[in-house]
This record gives sequence, C-alpha cells and structure tokens, in this order.
Amino acid sequence: MILNGNSPSGPLAQMWDRRRQELKLVNPANKRKYKIIVVGLGLAGASAAATLGELGYQVEAFCFQDSPRRGHSIAAQGGINAAKNYPSDGDSIFRLFHDTIKGGDFRARESNVYRLATLSNLIIDQCVAQGVPFARDYAGYLDNRSFGGAQVSRTFYARGQTGQQLLLGAYGALSRQIHAGTVRLFPRSEMLDLVVVNGQARGIIVRDLVTGMVNSFAADAVCLCTGGYTNVFNLSTNAMGSNVTATFRAYMKGAYFANPCYTQIHPTCIPVTGEHQSKLTLMSESLRNDGRVWVPKTGGDKRAPRDIPEGERDYFLERKYPSFGNLAPRDIASRAAKEVCDEGRGVGPGGRGVYLDFADSIARLGKEKIAERYGNLFEMYQKITAENAYDRPMRIYPAPHYAMGGLWVDYNLQSSIPGLFVLGEANFSDHGANRLGASALMQGLADGYFIISHTIADHLARTEPGKVRPEHEEFKRAEEGVNSRTKKLLSIKGGKTASDFHRQLGSIMWEHVGMARTRESLGIALGRIPELRAEFWENVAIPGSGAQLNQELEKAGRVADFLEFAELMALDALQREESCGGHFRVEHQMPDGEARRDDENFCYVAAWQFRGRDGSPELHKEPLIFENIPLATRSYK
Amino acid sequence: MDLILYIWRQNGPEDMGRLEQHRALHISPDMSFLEMLDQVNEALIKEGREPVAFDHDCREGICGMCSQVINGIPHGPQKKTTVCQLHMRNFKDGDTIYIEPWKARAFPVIRDLIVDRSSLDRIVQSGGYVSVHTGGVPDANAILIPKEDADSAMDASECIGCGACVAACPNGSAMLFTAAKVSHLAALPQGRVEAARRVCAMTEAMLREGFGNCSNHYACEAACPKGIKVKFIAKLNREYIKAQFNTGRNT
Repeated sequence: MILNGNSPSGPLAQMWDRRRQELKLVNPANKRKYKIIVVGLGLAGASAAATLGELGYQVEAFCFQDSPRRGHSIAAQGGINAAKNYPSDGDSIFRLFHDTIKGGDFRARESNVYRLATLSNLIIDQCVAQGVPFARDYAGYLDNRSFGGAQVSRTFYARGQTGQQLLLGAYGALSRQIHAGTVRLFPRSEMLDLVVVNGQARGIIVRDLVTGMVNSFAADAVCLCTGGYTNVFNLSTNAMGSNVTATFRAYMKGAYFANPCYTQIHPTCIPVTGEHQSKLTLMSESLRNDGRVWVPKTGGDKRAPRDIPEGERDYFLERKYPSFGNLAPRDIASRAAKEVCDEGRGVGPGGRGVYLDFADSIARLGKEKIAERYGNLFEMYQKITAENAYDRPMRIYPAPHYAMGGLWVDYNLQSSIPGLFVLGEANFSDHGANRLGASALMQGLADGYFIISHTIADHLARTEPGKVRPEHEEFKRAEEGVNSRTKKLLSIKGGKTASDFHRQLGSIMWEHVGMARTRESLGIALGRIPELRAEFWENVAIPGSGAQLNQELEKAGRVADFLEFAELMALDALQREESCGGHFRVEHQMPDGEARRDDENFCYVAAWQFRGRDGSPELHKEPLIFENIPLATRSYK
Repeated sequence: MDLILYIWRQNGPEDMGRLEQHRALHISPDMSFLEMLDQVNEALIKEGREPVAFDHDCREGICGMCSQVINGIPHGPQKKTTVCQLHMRNFKDGDTIYIEPWKARAFPVIRDLIVDRSSLDRIVQSGGYVSVHTGGVPDANAILIPKEDADSAMDASECIGCGACVAACPNGSAMLFTAAKVSHLAALPQGRVEAARRVCAMTEAMLREGFGNCSNHYACEAACPKGIKVKFIAKLNREYIKAQFNTGRNT
C-alpha cells in the first residue's frame, strides 16, 4: 500500500497555518467531556499532558518512574536548537529546516520538518517564560553555541543540563495541572497493551508496578510519548528502564512501525570497561566545540597521549571533513571513529576508543572557561574513569543513543490507528535517517506544547465522548492477555536471568545490526534472534509473584518485547538496500567509504504492519517528495 | 575484591524489615555501585531467591531515582555523587558495607531499598512553577536577566529531587529541596510575580507531608549529590518572612 502522510498542500511556509484552519475545534464547554490518556512523561508527554489539561480536557498521565520529573529527556546535556538568529550569523527557519533535512540524509518528511523549524522559536519563548535558566551573557541576553551538523550558533543551553532544565519546566507545567485537577497522575505504572475498539484507539491496560494490579483505562484518545528503543542493543546511553513495550504493543494492535533500522550511534560516549557494564554514558556532543578528536598515526602506539608529538597524531575528522571538522554529524563522526579503531589505531583498554583533546582550547581560553562550559561533564568523566580530562584527553567511543524510527504518524501525529497519537522520539517523523544534535528536545516540545493540542481536537470533534467504557469486552480480553502473559513468564522458572538474555540480544544486535550492516550479518541476526527468543520463553528465571513490586518481571516483559522487535529492525535493515544516515550497509558505499544513498529506489518511509505471529510483517511505503530542497549527496567535506 | 554486604530487606510498608547478609565476590573497581548490586541480584535469582529491589534509572547521575544510604551516608562516601555514579574503586577488598533505604517519615518504604517520594512531587504541585499558559508569551529576549541571577537560578535548579537531603537530615526536613525550587524561581523576573504565594504554599505543603523543620545541621548540603548550598534555605526563610509582611498572609 502507498501511504499518505496527509500533509497540507501549497507553499511550505503556509502549511501549518492552513492545516490549523482546516482542523476542527472542540468548544470550551465540551472539552471537559473528553478523556485523553498520555503515556510516558518525558519532554513530549509532560508538555502534552500539561497543555491538554490546561485546555480543559480530562487527562490521565502515566509513567513507570516514581515521578514525572525523571523521564529520560532529563539526561540530554547539550542543548536545544531554535532558528532565533539572535547572533545574526545567518540563521533562519529555512536554514534550520534545510540543515535538518540534510542532516537526516533526505529521509524525513519536508512538511513536518519545516513545521518543527517554525515552532522552534516558540519553544524557547515558552521555556524562558516558565523560568528555564538558559545560559545568558553579561548584558542579560540569551547565549548560543554551535553543534554538530550546523555552521551557525543556534543552540540554547543550560550548562550541561539542558534536558533536565527543560523537563523541569514541563514538569512544573504538569504539576500545575495536577494541582488544578485537570491531570490525574499515575506514576510507577506501566502500559502493557493498547485497546482498539472498532478500529479506534480507546484505552490502555496498565500494570501498577507497586501492587501488581492490572487495570483498564478507557479514553477518547491515546497519546504515546514513550521514547525510543535503542536499549535493544542492551548497552546504550538510554536509561535502564527505556523500552519498546508501549510502541511495540501498539504495533501488534495495528499501528505501523516506521524505519526501525534507523538508530543513531552517538560518537562521544565513554568506552566500555568490562562485562559488568550496565549502560553507557554519553559525553555531550557540545564537547566537540572545544575538543579535538584524534588517534595516533600508527597502530599500537602505547605512549601516553601527551608524549605523542603533534606530527604523529591523526586529527581524522579535521582531515576528512575540513569544513565541518570536529562538528561533523553524529553518524559520520561515529563511523570515522570505528574505522580508525578497526585499523588498530584505537586507544585505551581494548583499543576501542579515540581521544577527545581539550589541550588547545584550555591553552586558548583558560581552564576556567572550559570548566564553566563543561565542568559537570568533566566531573562525570572523572567519576567513571578516574581520569582528569583537564590533564589528559578524554577517551570516547560511539554508543547507541537515539531511535529515529518509531511508530508511523501522519502530519497530524496520528498513527495508522485513528485516535492513537505518537509524540517525540516514539514517532518516526522528523529526523529522517539521522538526528542532528539538539534536535530531540526541540521535537519533543514542539509535538507536546504546540502540535498535539490542535490535531487531537480534530479527532475528538469527530468522536462521541465516553462512548467506550472499561467494562467493554475488548478491555476484558486485553486484560486477560496481559495476565496470562505474566503468568506464563512467572511459570517458566528457568536458569537464566532476563539480563542474561538482554546481554545476548544486545551482542547480536551490536555485532550484526549495529554501525555497519551487511546482507550476511543481517541474515545471521534474523536466524539467531528467533532462537534466542524461543530459549527465553523456556529458560528465563523470574522469582516472586505478579501481585507485588517485582522488578525482574518488569525487566523480563521488556526484554521479551525487545526480542520480537529486534527481528523487525533487522528485517527493515535488510530491505533497505542503500546506506543513509545512521543506516550503513557495507555493500552500498562510495569508493571513499561514504554512504551511498539510492534515491531512485529507496526514497520512502518503510512502515511495517503486523500480520500475526506466524506471518511476516507487511511493508507499506510512503514516498518522500523533496520540493523545496533538491535531493543531493550529503557532504560535510 | 570481595565484600560483605548488609542489605535492608522489607517486603512492604507493613513489614518490620531487617538487615540481611550477602556476599559480593570478584567485584571490579571499575564497576558502579549499582552494577555491583546487579551482580549480587543475578546470583540471588539463579539461586531462586528474590533479588534486592532498588530504584535506579538513568545511571548517569541526573534522574534522581537512585536512593540508598551506604554506611550511614545517603548516596555513599563520595562527595557530590549519586549511588549510580559511585564506583567500587572507593571501597577495598574485605570491606563491610551497610545498605539501607532513605529513612524519613515522609518517605514510607515500599519494598527493600525503594521508598515513596511522592511527597516531594506534592510540594512542587502546590506552587513550584511559574503559572504560564502554553503560548502567548513574550519573545525570549524581551526578558533580560542579569547573568548573576541566571547563574544563581541555575545553581538552585540543578536539584535532581532524589531526597538525599531529607534522608540526611536528623529532622527529616525537606527544606533544602523546597528552598532550591523557591530560590530558583525567586531569582528570575518571571517567577517573581508569584513568589510570595509560592513560598507560602510550598512551605505549607512541606509541613502537611510530614517533613520536619530545619535546625541548621547542614547535613543536607553535605549529602546533596549536586552540591546545592544551604544558603538557599536562608533565601527561603527570607522569602517566607517577606511574604508574611508583603501579602498580609500569616498562614
């Protein structure tokens, strides 16, 4: 089937205005009759729940953490982009749009990205009004810095804790609505199924993680804001709890999953130290503003970094990409790092690392200035590695970080199931095959503060409020499904932990569906994943019962879904016979090793429809049309 | 290295709870404290026993979810460090380590090392925000903020809401937590308008939730993984007294 993104017609710059004119409204007196469920309370979810509650809808908001202030958006360090052009360095909405389309390697929808660039400016205004303490200059104006993939300074930041400060702003707005009674909060609650009645999303099944009770919640619309799936690699920069369950369950209920093979491997993470590792820690990409990336020119050079003379160092990003240098986009920087390590020139234990060196910046700006910009990152680095990055260069290596793929949505953020909306990282829409730095926070907040309130009204205006009750048989059936799955998991009493399986899955995915993929490696993954899954369902060990707080049960449920999702990801990577952005197929590269895109055959969004456990998923294509930015080879040289 | 652990086990809020001895063997100094506990838990599961329940999520020191008292100190011995960022190189072979949950009247234990900190959320809900609508706000640069004020707001706003300050305080007080939010918003022109109402509402909520008062022990600052300063408590008190005079409110 050819999918339609439902974008407005006409000139790009007027699309969002035109769409807002077309969308139906719900009158103020009727709003309180409608119930909306919001799942996940990171930036997208908290901002959506707060905004919808403020408008007068009844909102029920769910998160698995103990508080909505802990969504993983909080860990974003570097910043948030906006086309404000405060530094007058040539920025504009069109340029931000252009950079995002190009950064995404021409695999995003133009209309969505243009809207994102437009709304970026409103986000900064909104956050400042909430009291988000962005960095300022001595005259009291907002300060900006530059980021990967851009030649202008358009990134707003709050020390190295921008995600935290933006999330606390949204959490404040949400708290205000909870106090006002428009939002009911359900923390320590996990969505385990979506309920669809007569083709329309009507509610969710939720497990209370403290009591173990499984309950039905009915609503007139459901918003999934549940983040990304890179924990499919086991080791990633995501929080331990980040998972694919909500979106994968929605996929099994009929929502299309788009571009699952687009995952971002972030170049600046702390290298792995050993088997015990439970997660990888990101060092903000903003460090690349003042740090220079290098490795020794010859392999096996065991000298301390400071003893290696300038002439024997290879500043490989500056060498290969002179115009962007250390600020080359993430996918490019990651692959370049892998390449030099594969050549045997990597540094640190295991040879999986490259230097990120601040010596020149410290000499130029002074240690104090560097400490002001990145002090908390240097502290974090020291805690983890016991090394002082003011004295010796940091060691960094790429790690799975962000999912560009996600549930397919149209221009209105509505999935292929009417009434199911998907916001933030959980959807696929705005970053194409690669996300630029400081764009994730922007997208989460654009979706939550400024888009969903308009588009959801159009759905609600066509829906009779409260028509489906939690007593409906579909809810009963879904609850039974959840309960029997829990029972099954607990009855296995095998010999391996959920973490054992997660580690095994992670190594399959990193090895065969990671930074570089081949037809052969994907074939291996597609063979091994079902084997591992079968073993999981015979040999996983989960102590305790379902009627209590049981963290192993939670973990096992998430790993079980990753074991299914992983296959879809490998399948998608296999069908995409081209290299683009974060998806690098070894068979498809230029003579110089750069990605070879195939616009003739693959300029589309791959959206997969679930066809039962025994059938293979069906591929639908949404053609991508570039009318405003001509398709071109992405070059950062 | 090998370690002896005494870990608090408690089945639920009504259970008495007790310290249980465990052994952690072959621990690498590069492990984080939570990775050490992961290893202990995996061994327990393989023996068919229930693992130790503990809160954690981001494991990079920012989400504020992890919460353990280690050898009597919230978040353990390393200054300005959450449990998830505490590494085993801070301990030595043969050490005995006591691991307990946050202890405070306003934080009932849910299970083992997990406590209920929703009381902190309710303090924020009572007024810890700027009451701005979505949309319809002025251009970001229309509000100029002196760098010193923005920096001071940021110093306060770095609070991760973990509750270590409460756990460290002999009175179980949430003054540092509340002070951080009050000070962050009171330092900025956007937050100034509601400052008096905010400080009164948040102080009332703090008392309602069963947190104790501040008697200047400064244990909160010592335990805070983000190094939030007690000077913000002075700021809170000043804001509170100002509010009493300015608004005529005395609740």
